[in-house]
Amino acid sequence: MQADAATRSDNKKFKKEHSIMFDLPRLLLKSPSGMTGFVIVVIVMLIALFAGVLMPYAPEEIDLVHMAEPPCWAKGGSTAHILGTDILGRDVFSRVLIGSRVSLLVGIFSVVVAGIIGTVMGLLSGYFGGWVDSVIMRITDAFHSIPLTLFAMVILAVMRTGVLTLVFVIGVTTWPFYARMIRSEVLGLKGQEYVKAARTIGTSGIRIMLKHILPNILPTFIVVSTLSVATSILIEASLSFLGLGIQPPTVSWGVMLSDGRNYLATNWWMATFPGIAISVTVLGIMLLGNWLRDVLDPKNQGLR
Amino acid sequence: MAQKASGRKSSTGMETDMAKYLVRRILQMIPVLLIITVITFLFVNLSGDPTSMLLPPEATAEDREVMREALGLNEPLYVQYGIFLKNVLHGDFGRSFRYGVPALGVVLEKMPASIQLAGISLLCSVLVAIPLGILSAHTKDSVFDIAVSGLSSLGRSMPSFWVGIMLILLFGVTLKILPVSGRGTWAHVVLPCATLTINTATQIVPLVRSNMLEIMQQDYIRTARSKGISNQKVTFKHAFKNALVPVVTITALQIPNLVGGALITETVFAWPGLGQLVVQSIGAHDMSVVQACVVIITLITMAANLLADVVYCLIDPRIRY
Repeated sequence: MQADAATRSDNKKFKKEHSIMFDLPRLLLKSPSGMTGFVIVVIVMLIALFAGVLMPYAPEEIDLVHMAEPPCWAKGGSTAHILGTDILGRDVFSRVLIGSRVSLLVGIFSVVVAGIIGTVMGLLSGYFGGWVDSVIMRITDAFHSIPLTLFAMVILAVMRTGVLTLVFVIGVTTWPFYARMIRSEVLGLKGQEYVKAARTIGTSGIRIMLKHILPNILPTFIVVSTLSVATSILIEASLSFLGLGIQPPTVSWGVMLSDGRNYLATNWWMATFPGIAISVTVLGIMLLGNWLRDVLDPKNQGLR
Repeated sequence: MAQKASGRKSSTGMETDMAKYLVRRILQMIPVLLIITVITFLFVNLSGDPTSMLLPPEATAEDREVMREALGLNEPLYVQYGIFLKNVLHGDFGRSFRYGVPALGVVLEKMPASIQLAGISLLCSVLVAIPLGILSAHTKDSVFDIAVSGLSSLGRSMPSFWVGIMLILLFGVTLKILPVSGRGTWAHVVLPCATLTINTATQIVPLVRSNMLEIMQQDYIRTARSKGISNQKVTFKHAFKNALVPVVTITALQIPNLVGGALITETVFAWPGLGQLVVQSIGAHDMSVVQACVVIITLITMAANLLADVVYCLIDPRIRY
């Protein structure tokens, strides 16, 4: 009887865990901050996708007649350029729209690079232990002792800059975070009965890692990678701001900030709007990530 | 006899434990430093032929070859690394071609400014973040709590250099009450320090809050409450003391972040520290200075983390390594 009840509750638990993915929309509606984050992320993604149609002007179109016009609500501004123009007469609004592409591209793909390297390293480190673990962990220690931006700057000093390079550089400097997280998850899962059972029946190490351990790491992985997109966007902006990342004529928010910084005294809008764009995007991703962490973390079952 | 020995452990035993732990921690730093030197060596090596920087453009191929031989650039890579490492251990990173003096000297000269800025900012961040985090936890789900967590999310989303730019716009350009670049008087510290504090404090606040909330659920807090001790006293006396321990770790974890943020903040405010130096040196391809900066900044970060661990040991008698 008791055993029966136990199985039933186990089944229920199993169902509950598996239905969480389907529950997400309902849970999202219940969380104001999660919803805010989700809406912001969707809007930014749509802007990046449809920037070509949404932009009133070509982002690199120089217009020497309308140089340094303030935004439409300020004195001397016109509705032709709602966020004003920069010192070359380029429309700030159009440039902010198109700038979302670089941020999202670099943000998402650098996380893919970091996620792949980090997952492989973390799995190897956690599963095999011993000297493999020691070597990988010392490397991650080294990466943790050096500020990410500094490290990225050193690599960029010797490489050609561009979107692809940035994706690579940010990926290569941030993978240790994934490696550490995956390793600790693997260490926890390694002791589980089902992993032991798989090993007893002679399943190979690689198969155990891919089929039994990896799927269980997925929720943590989703949370960490969402939050990492935000970090990568901030790193990209910093590097581009310093002139080591994206180079003009490619438009990125970091590049716009670095242009605008020199004209603070006269054209405040040039540096203000790209910064707001970065902050809002990062805020949206972080709110979404924090919400995902709260729902996907088994420790927070009671919150649902 | 055994009992006596264990009884005495309280003083001498603790010290030897601590010393052993310190030695082990310092030994662990060696491979990390080696990895950092390998990385910087490799990247600087990839950065191109140094002879093209050191020789005038009209130099012949023979001149170049002589120079390469003299600099040991024709040796295999691992031999070159060996020489590099030996020199680094003697404090010799090569000469800065921009300043014409040893690179280490250039770096050490800029170090006090960076340490001053980062140190003051860390102190301010802790002084702002701890009370906010505790009050937030104490008044969980109140308007105050929601406002604090909203503002700290916002603070973490803003790129620190943009915060700096906006502060310049407000206090330097519009209000004209604070200097916006350089170092000299205390007024010069205010804006860069505020920039870094906004960035760092907003990272610490939510961690302090969640730690406090976790501690508030512990048995001893419930016991204290059930004894009739006031809510205020429980929070600020019983819980706060225990929350201090993780706060030290949290703060230490922010150090690389803070140093990294300082690199850019220094550039925004023309603060004459390591950050500005590293950015300018990369721009000018003055690689020996870049190498020296990386090694020194790593050492500072590691030393700060070690210090945090020691403090951690000292304030929490339960922790023994």
